[in-house]
Amino acid sequence: MDMIDPTLLQTLWFALIAFFFLGYFLLEGFDFGVEMNVLALGKGDTERRGTIISTIAPIWDGNQVWLLVGGASIFAAFPEWYATLFSGFYLALLLLLVMLIVRVCAFKYRAKHDTPTWTKTWDWVHILSGFLPALLWGVAFANIVRGVAIDGNSWVTTSLLGLLNPFGLLGGIVFVLLFWLHGTLYLTLRTVGELREDANRLAGILILPTIIAGAAFLIWYQLAYSNSALTWLPLLVAAVALVAVAVLNRMRREGAAFMASLTAIGGAGVTLFGGLFPYVLPATNDAANSLTVAGASSSEHTLLVMTIAVVVFMPIVLAYEIWSFWVFRHRIAGPDDPQPPGLVERARGAYREAFDQDGGRRHAES
Amino acid sequence: MEALDLARWQFGITTVYHFIFVPLTIGLSLLVAIMQTIAVRSKDPVRKDAWTRLTKFFGSMLIVNFGIGIATGIVQEFQFGMNWSEYSRYVGDVFGAPLALEGLLAFFLESVFLGLWIFGWNKLPEKIHLLTIWMVAIGTMLSAYFIIAANSFMQHPVGAVLNPETGRAELDPSQGSILSVLTNVTTLAAFPHVISGAWLVASAFVTGVAGWHMVRHHNKARELGMETTDGAEHHLMSRDVFRPAVRFGVVAMFVSALVLVISGDFQAKIMFEQQPMKMASAEALCETQSGAPFSILTVGGPDAFAADCDSVTHLIEVPYVTAILATYDPNATLQGVDDLNAQYKEQFGETTTDIFGNEVEADYRPNLFVTYWSFRLMIGLAVFSAIVAFWALWVTRGKGDQARTTGSKAFAWFTVLAIPMPFLANSAGWVFTEMGRQPWVVHPNPLDPTVRLMTIQGVSSNPGWMVLTSMVTFTLLYGVLAVVWFYLMRKAALKGIPIPQRDEQTDELDTPAISFGY
Repeated sequence: MDMIDPTLLQTLWFALIAFFFLGYFLLEGFDFGVEMNVLALGKGDTERRGTIISTIAPIWDGNQVWLLVGGASIFAAFPEWYATLFSGFYLALLLLLVMLIVRVCAFKYRAKHDTPTWTKTWDWVHILSGFLPALLWGVAFANIVRGVAIDGNSWVTTSLLGLLNPFGLLGGIVFVLLFWLHGTLYLTLRTVGELREDANRLAGILILPTIIAGAAFLIWYQLAYSNSALTWLPLLVAAVALVAVAVLNRMRREGAAFMASLTAIGGAGVTLFGGLFPYVLPATNDAANSLTVAGASSSEHTLLVMTIAVVVFMPIVLAYEIWSFWVFRHRIAGPDDPQPPGLVERARGAYREAFDQDGGRRHAES
Repeated sequence: MEALDLARWQFGITTVYHFIFVPLTIGLSLLVAIMQTIAVRSKDPVRKDAWTRLTKFFGSMLIVNFGIGIATGIVQEFQFGMNWSEYSRYVGDVFGAPLALEGLLAFFLESVFLGLWIFGWNKLPEKIHLLTIWMVAIGTMLSAYFIIAANSFMQHPVGAVLNPETGRAELDPSQGSILSVLTNVTTLAAFPHVISGAWLVASAFVTGVAGWHMVRHHNKARELGMETTDGAEHHLMSRDVFRPAVRFGVVAMFVSALVLVISGDFQAKIMFEQQPMKMASAEALCETQSGAPFSILTVGGPDAFAADCDSVTHLIEVPYVTAILATYDPNATLQGVDDLNAQYKEQFGETTTDIFGNEVEADYRPNLFVTYWSFRLMIGLAVFSAIVAFWALWVTRGKGDQARTTGSKAFAWFTVLAIPMPFLANSAGWVFTEMGRQPWVVHPNPLDPTVRLMTIQGVSSNPGWMVLTSMVTFTLLYGVLAVVWFYLMRKAALKGIPIPQRDEQTDELDTPAISFGY
């Protein structure tokens, strides 16, 4: 198959898919990391674990939507990619889905019943659904950019075990470490006291293995699989950002360290997606069977329709999601305190007066 | 069983399961939004207090329910690619767009604002906080709209053309493109039907749960004596908090029922034109007939579970009703299943090719037993809601000081046991419309039948054991989650709204808060 150059719209949509998945990894990435810290920083203490979870309780759901929009966008913009990828990575996706399902329930149901077994069970679900999806996403993405065996019908012939090759596994480890570090830095921003200190210390421990594994993975990728020399640039950005995390975390510049970790994940993501272009799923057995940006996409008309939708609606989405981050930006001290003092005291007072549970009744009786 | 059957079973199981929770989420988020609006707008402190408590009470159940709807919804989006990859290749250019729009316009809205609503109590200004639950309610309805638009494309493809070069359906600008897909007449008919079905689920739920507590507090008040402080509190709970909720639920039931019936009737007319085979199967109408009756009981052959037309016997029939249902004309001629099958064989071929290139014999008849009975189940279950609505209206009659509550245990039990009925009706409706469409996954549009795909041509190439693995995994997982969900919903519903406790020393009323966060 001759390589056909992708059109402008096809290229734009490849970039938009990268944008949605990057959004997912940047935002849900710290949620995964926070859940890993239910184990690492929770010290088996229900209340401490509750505090850790409540730092992300109001926002994780919105962060997860980036995946749903990313997945549906692949369906809409690159149906061939969607069909081949999702049917081909069947068992890996099944495992991922199971984790994502129980994860939602852990968030919603943990505090709905009060026995030690109940809470502990959901704590473990949180821990597993922090580590496992991160690992699975790493394995999956490493294999997407590396390529799998694809037959003439565009059906993937690589098995689940075939996905667990050294490069795939290293990708899994890198994703776990990156998200873990990211979530730990997020905790230094959103907690107080001992928990904040512990998170700072843990970030200091995690940074070195993250740099080593991350560098090994990205350089391996760049040398063996990347289709562009240009991706050295984001790779370098990611590397510098990770080093900056180490320095900033030691200096206790929590906000800056978190921004650096966002930059590192962003740089790594751009490296992976950038080096994948102009393919969407390379075939390792026969290059002619590779799925390309040009070959796997929807019609130009559909891409145009979808572009208009994204241009109109994405800014609105970004505005209210950022607003929700702003509302829940304060440090929290305990599990029942997702956002304590300070915010709009005046409005709060007025609201309490009007909405307080016994206010009205007492008033009625007098 | 082959991969195709397993994939169909998996789609059926996961979709019906998903749609147990979704209607309650859609309906209840709207009802809770209305409850909170009443609370915010009320000047009368008793009324304001009652509706604030009701908002939190039903809100806590909404949250439990919301979670499982989200969790099972992720599977739905992934499943098209996993089990139905060839379908996805064929329709992706058209079908992917509404799914992506759903994510962009609806999922973000409901997820972000649900977080703001749950954790924004006492933190956001009152009116802003009220706005957040409305955003959630709007998000759930938008989500339903896009999914119905996507599904309607499978029932009646419009706005698309078969591209012979790529061999797939593509959006066609000359036919109105995405706007045609989103304003498909099938969508316009199905959306109000699905939404009002969701409202009926939620309003029957509110009526049932509130009815139960109204009776409980009514009896508790009589037991303690109305003159005692606690007895008076229970009386107030029954009369001022739960009685208004019951009447609110009943009004919502009537509104839902009205929209359901009108949209359902409209859908039947459309279905007769767009999918005559489905209409004929719904009636087990085997031979073409004029002035067709509506059969209430039909048995097929000796085993009563016949899936085809051989020896179907109609036992009880109401004359002309089917003809009217389909066309408004009692003497209209309706084509029978066998005639349609013969006609389709001529039009679309005696055989078809599966994804591996094998020639397979084509049979254009859906499973008659399932379509016939799911259609009747969908309609018949409404009887329970009707009884609840009129009974509740009767026992809560009166105004002001004459406002009545009831202590009837029979009423309490009946309203609670009637809660699952609209859920079942929703499931039956989906089973009917999806199985009635078979053997098509994209049913040909009679005006331009080029865009069409048979289910056998849409499945992934994965081996049977793989599909079986995922089907068993999901079924077991969903089974466990159903138990957890039921336990938590029951717990939240039974808990009711706490009675304010009077502090003996200060004589102050202390109202226990309803826990809300995670």
